[in-house]
This record gives sequence, C-alpha cells and structure tokens, in this order.
Amino acid sequence: MSEDVKKFLYVNRKAPYGTIYAQESLEVVLIGAAFDQDVEMAFLDDGVFQLTKNQDTKGVGLKNFSPTFRALGDYEVTKLYVEQESLDERGLTLDDLQDIQYEDEDDDWAEKPSIRVVSRAEMGKIMANQDVVLSF
Amino acid sequence: MATLHTVNKSPFQTQTLLSCLSHVQAGDSVLMIEDGVYGAMGSTTLADAVAGLGGQVNLFVLGEDLAARGIDAGRVADGITKIDMDGFVDMVASTDRTQSWL
Amino acid sequence: MKFGIVVSEGPYTHQASDTAYNFVKAALAKGHEVARVFFYHDGVNVGTRLSVPPQDDRQIQAQWTALAKEHDLDLVICIAAAQRRGLLDENEAERQGKDANNIAEGFRISGLGQLIEMGIQADRTITFGD
Repeated sequence: MSEDVKKFLYVNRKAPYGTIYAQESLEVVLIGAAFDQDVEMAFLDDGVFQLTKNQDTKGVGLKNFSPTFRALGDYEVTKLYVEQESLDERGLTLDDLQDIQYEDEDDDWAEKPSIRVVSRAEMGKIMANQDVVLSF
Repeated sequence: MATLHTVNKSPFQTQTLLSCLSHVQAGDSVLMIEDGVYGAMGSTTLADAVAGLGGQVNLFVLGEDLAARGIDAGRVADGITKIDMDGFVDMVASTDRTQSWL
Repeated sequence: MKFGIVVSEGPYTHQASDTAYNFVKAALAKGHEVARVFFYHDGVNVGTRLSVPPQDDRQIQAQWTALAKEHDLDLVICIAAAQRRGLLDENEAERQGKDANNIAEGFRISGLGQLIEMGIQADRTITFGD
C-alpha cells in the first residue's frame, strides 16, 4: 500500500483512571497528529466517561489528563465522535461533557465544537470507513 | 469493504461482544478469540442475543481457544464457524481492516 | 501482505501476547510479511530479559527473541510506556541515571511514532490486548 494519507480511527471504550488505556490512547493521538494523517476519535460505551467535565484527581493522586482533550484542536484533531446511545445508557447528556472547540481554518478560524454526537448506527458506519482502527 | 472484528472477552464478563455486534455492518465478520469463545456456545442464556444481533454478519470462533477451554465443537451454536489460526490470518488478509474490540 | 501488530498487554497475566505470537508465526509461515510488532501499555513488559518463568511453562520473551532472529522482525517497545514501567535499554538507563537495563535481545525501544508509521506502512494493522 502507498504512503498516502490514511484514515486513522482511535476507538475509546474504557473509562479513565481505573486503567491507563484512556491516558495512553491520548498520548498516541498527540504523537500521531505529527504524521498528517486523517484522524478521528470515537467515544462509545464507557469511553464517553473520558470526556466529562469537572474531573478532579487530587484526592486519588493520579494525573488529571482531561484538559488535554481541549488542546486537541491545536493538533488538528477536530473530530471527536461521541455515541448518543452510550450517553443515554449512562444518564449523560452533552452538557455533562467538556466544551471542546477547534478553530476552523476554512471558515475564518471560527470556533466550532469538536464533539459530534452520533447515533450507534452512524458510529458503525464511521468505524467501517477507516484504513486503520486502533482500539484502547 | 468488509471489516474483521475480533472479540476476546466472555459476554458474561463484559458487554464487548454485544457492543461489537451492535456496530457491525452487513457482510462484516466477527471472530471470537481467547475468552471471547464463550460467546460462541449454543446453550447459554446469551446465545439468542448473539444469534439475533449477529444475523447480518459472519460469525467465527477460534478453534485453538475453544480446545484450550475444553469446549467441544458440538457446543458451538449453529451458524458459528470454527476456524484455526491459519484461517484467522487468512481473514485478516481478505478483509479490508481489522478492529479489535478490547 | 504486510501486517502490523500491536501487543497491548503484558505476558502471563493476559493471553494477548501469546495470541499475537501464534498469529505472527502463522502469518510468517503463510509467506506474509510482518512489518513490525509494537508493544504498548503493559505489553512493553514482554521485552524484559529478566523474567524467569518456570521451566515447564512457555518462555514468552525468549519465543519472541527467537522468532525475531529467525525472521528479522522489528520488535519495538514504546519508550513512554516503557519508562513508566521500568523497561530500559543501555542508552536510556545511562541517560536516566539508572544502575541497570533489562531489554531483551531482538527488542528495541523507540517512540510512539513507530506505531503510527507502522499503521501507515502496513496493509493491515491488528491489535492484541485486553
């Protein structure tokens, strides 16, 4: 296969802090951003808990990596697909998630939301539209 | 443009198999490996759910992992095909991408 | 066909590194190419040469080292994950002021960029984890 731009999807299905997967997934995304590939992130099942507001890890002594999600726009990672059914099952709404924005260079740097809530059926189609799917 | 999905968890332990089966596209393949092979058993309370959700896809189970767990081929649900590691390799090569449901 | 392999769990606790090893062996036997095996998360622990499993158990690190030698495999341990978990090669041990290193023959430590590069270069990428 050629070294053209590939479509990478990072699939996040696990909650933060109980295990390291969410944090180390984010590290891959940040490094991967330097490779100029077409990057999208998927948050479903317990992965939606990664994006919640008001995470405060002082009491548990772990590093709070949730602010990093708000920096993703600077790395041109601007498509964070969040599954509606996964939110519903967990009693969450979009308001429970961090406000993550990016500046759209094609639209006079207007600030736009990076989180795009999609249905389970749409998520399945997004997954099927990739070259490389990395799961965490 | 089909995907091979692998699932390595028992459906009695996590929702992973059911989540996978809720996201697959028609024509995809799902291969149960490691503890995922318990999802291929025919006589469990989850067998109907697996068969129902898996209706549009091809379901496979890895024979080496079945054997390791003492699950006789006769206990595998109808409609689920047993393959070996060589078959696993062939499936990765013949589908367009592999998605591991971890 | 060119495969890229990710191993994201450590040896013995999880079956992931065994399944990955069996998969890689089968793929090579069929004439496929394995571009790289990238060890991430606790998967980095596969690459310590200091593990001493019981004689009657499989020798996971030694198996990978032998396979790498036979097929000239590129076994890459993620540096960021490795540093957290105490996996160091000689250079890194010296740089970090540590008194020992523990990387097994056939493995090398490198950055996460190697994972992305593998995804770009391989025809198929497959992850073995938990």
